[in-house]
Amino acid sequence: MAVLETRELTAFYGDFQALFDITFTLDEGETVAVIGANGAGKSTFLKAIAGLLPRPAAAVRLDGRDIGTLPAYEIVKLGVALVPEGRRLFSSLSVEENLLVGAYGRRRGGAWSLATVYQLFPMLRERRHSPSMALSGGQQQMVAIGRALMSNPRILLCDELSLGLAPIVIRDIYAALADIKARGTSVVLVEQDLAHAMAVADRAYCFMEGRVSLTGRPQELTRDAIHAAYFGL
Amino acid sequence: MLGWIDTLLQGILLGGLYSLYATGLSVIFGIMRLVNLAHGDLIVLGAFLILAATAAGAPLILAFAVVVPLMFFIGYALQSALLNRALGRNILPPLLITFGLSIIVQNGLLETFSADTRRLDIGPLQSASLPLGSGLAVGLMPLICLGAAIGVIVLLNSVFYRTPLGRAFRATSDDVEIAQLMGINNRSIYALTMGIALAVCAIAGFFLGARANFDPSIGPARLLYAFEAVIIGGLGSLWGTLAGGIVVGLAQTIGAHIDPEWQILSGHVAFLIVLVIRPRGLFPRAVD
Amino acid sequence: MRPEANKPAALGEGRHSPRFAVATATRASIIAALAVIPAVLILIALPAFADRALLQELFYVFTMLTLAQLWNLLAGSAGLISVGQQAFVGMGAYALFAFTIIAGLDPVLSIVLAGIVAGALAVPAALIVFRLRGAYFAIGTWVVAEVCRLVLAQVKHLGGGTGTSLPPDIAGSMIGLDFVRHLFRVRGPAARDILSYWLALVLVVGTFILVYRLLRSRHGLALSAVGDSEPAAESTGVDVFRTKFLIYVVTAIVTGMVGALLFLQKARISPDAAFSLIDWTAYVIFIVVIGGIGTMEGPIIGVVIFYLLQYYLAALGSWYLILLGALAILLMLFAPSGVWGVISHYFDISLFPVRRRLVVPERAGLRKESLR
Ligand SMILES: Nc1ncnc2c1ncn2[C@@H]1O[C@H](COP(=O)(O)OP(=O)(O)O)[C@@H](O)[C@H]1O
Ligand SMILES: [Mg+2]
Repeated sequence: MAVLETRELTAFYGDFQALFDITFTLDEGETVAVIGANGAGKSTFLKAIAGLLPRPAAAVRLDGRDIGTLPAYEIVKLGVALVPEGRRLFSSLSVEENLLVGAYGRRRGGAWSLATVYQLFPMLRERRHSPSMALSGGQQQMVAIGRALMSNPRILLCDELSLGLAPIVIRDIYAALADIKARGTSVVLVEQDLAHAMAVADRAYCFMEGRVSLTGRPQELTRDAIHAAYFGL
Repeated sequence: MLGWIDTLLQGILLGGLYSLYATGLSVIFGIMRLVNLAHGDLIVLGAFLILAATAAGAPLILAFAVVVPLMFFIGYALQSALLNRALGRNILPPLLITFGLSIIVQNGLLETFSADTRRLDIGPLQSASLPLGSGLAVGLMPLICLGAAIGVIVLLNSVFYRTPLGRAFRATSDDVEIAQLMGINNRSIYALTMGIALAVCAIAGFFLGARANFDPSIGPARLLYAFEAVIIGGLGSLWGTLAGGIVVGLAQTIGAHIDPEWQILSGHVAFLIVLVIRPRGLFPRAVD
Repeated sequence: MRPEANKPAALGEGRHSPRFAVATATRASIIAALAVIPAVLILIALPAFADRALLQELFYVFTMLTLAQLWNLLAGSAGLISVGQQAFVGMGAYALFAFTIIAGLDPVLSIVLAGIVAGALAVPAALIVFRLRGAYFAIGTWVVAEVCRLVLAQVKHLGGGTGTSLPPDIAGSMIGLDFVRHLFRVRGPAARDILSYWLALVLVVGTFILVYRLLRSRHGLALSAVGDSEPAAESTGVDVFRTKFLIYVVTAIVTGMVGALLFLQKARISPDAAFSLIDWTAYVIFIVVIGGIGTMEGPIIGVVIFYLLQYYLAALGSWYLILLGALAILLMLFAPSGVWGVISHYFDISLFPVRRRLVVPERAGLRKESLR
């Protein structure tokens, strides 16, 4: 059975409808990529799952249980953590405080602690007392991932991990992601960078203007099909 | 010369009281970006509650010890029942709710306690003073008040900077949306914030009543002093707020030293001057 | 967009762009516009039939309505939430007393000059308080009002802290008083009431015209942009600071004139009365909030409700104020758009259409959308 499932998920910003009837599944241990052009609704989709946007009742299920009515701060306690687009670190907190606050609502046991996060990203240990905003973009992304891991999630929602980072840094981040996956964490990976997303994903959904325009396994999807699903050509 | 030294000393001590007024306002703004127009009236409410408890026979210390947590619960309830319902991008609803609250508290006090001026009876402490030599002396109560102001800041800072709950407060202040993703219920953080602010209001009310006369109408002026201290301090830290309180206190006593009628005016003018030359205050927040 | 673009005009046609138009007039607004002219004429002629008490009540209603419409322009349209408008009421009032008592000028002329004085105060005040954002701006305006009150309490020529009265001969020498006396064959005091009533009528009608034109002008568009989002407004090339500054000063000028007129009628001034937070700001905010902030109709409904509450309940004293405070809180929680907001939501009507609406014919199968 799918660990995470959405059925006819819709989302609105005021009167503006950003998502139309998204039906989506994520299996245990699986990595699913969500790709699509800017403004397609990918971030909105992750925010709706995480509880930051109002959703229709029963549209989001975790292990078959409806979590569509829960607030964001309850959903993370059930093991769904979001690495937000643009990292959004707490600017007045140090690196270590950012990680610790990630464990604030932790209700679940698991592998992650300050020590294991520092093992995953050794650079952060050296800079643990720096203000989070003093870090480079790549290091900030590591903090954002580490902060999400501190709640011991079963499902990690990642929004554009590679955004604005140098290729060599992106490689490090994806190496860390492989470690995280190896521990059995299921991952939803939102990316605009197709190559990276497709290399790690078991399956992919392509969004266009708030709808799923294509879905399948990476190796089954041709360039042309993806291109069409991306831009609606 | 001695007169001036005495004036400066008094100003610093008065600043301690103003810093107590301002600390709650500063905490509320820092965490919720909310300005509580009823803040001054809630300080006066604190003073009246302590007065009522002593009038009912409780010793002053006990009255204080009861009213501080009571005000905490009032603040918690106020935030959960009213202000949390008006959260959002538009600042008008919460602002006007606190404005309405200000009018309710002020007139409620007037109905309950009449317009008479009151004072808390603190016994011999009232006139006790500490001689500093060469004819100078400072009142003991004002000194305790300054000590309390510092103590409150030390205590709050140790909560904010050394506990998981404090981290949650600061995270919420930085980015409330992401804070929720950490399992932080921002509404309960806000309720706690208002509770803390009102507990500090009760402490401030105690020293207000112990140091000077009070009546139901003086709340708005306390709000303005508190506000000026916060802005002069610069929203960077509670120590900035203490500095801001001392600036307002000094400006008022210096003004009063020149002409007693200028006391309040000088405080306001000092505020406007700071706003012109340092719009972000003396100790601004590093990141805004 | 020019204001005369009222008439629906086809802007586009095709499969994806149904015939639509941008309009600002509504049927209700046209009826309202036709009704306004006779209503104003009746109000002008009213002193011929009405007794003095009614004129005095209407004087109060008109002045409060003017203040409310001005505050509404500030807070509802420009996003400038001021709790210090008493600064300009008091400044205008004191300027009137200074111009008449000290300089010996005519009271009616002094009202105009008082507006200029209030505007002159608003310029430096704006330069200072505009450094404060949002809710802090509100308290900043209050500090300015307190400074004015405390400074004027030091002016011994105008009675210092206890205030002073307007000598009867000054009020009796107003321009136009003889005309009114002869026209209605009334004695001095009654003639003064009539003249004050007319002046209040001029101010309220003038303010409505001013606000209406302002909101429908280029500045009005800029304002609604400011209200929604400052960065967005800036990206469209609208100078946010200038627009807000202009609104703040214009509002202060008219508020000062209202203050001058109010205290000319009272003939007695003191710092506490002239700079009263409750009288000139709290009541005014209440009127706007209960009527409906951000609409021109709101203050009209608000002032009627406020007047009725005042008439029946003011004798309750502090309980009356507690009731107003509680009502304002309940409104903010459950109907933040006020009575007019609820009415216009259910009936989709607008008497002062300052918003542009996208008109799409029903046959296109689309719901009418109103553009904010
Ligand atoms: N806070 C918001 N308010 C209004 N509209 C928004 C907001 N955030 C996103 N949108 C709109 O929703 C649509 C989807 O946005 P988003 O989910 O951020 O896209 P993506 O992440 O795929 O780039 C876009 O049209 C965007 O303009
Ligand atoms: Mg995105």
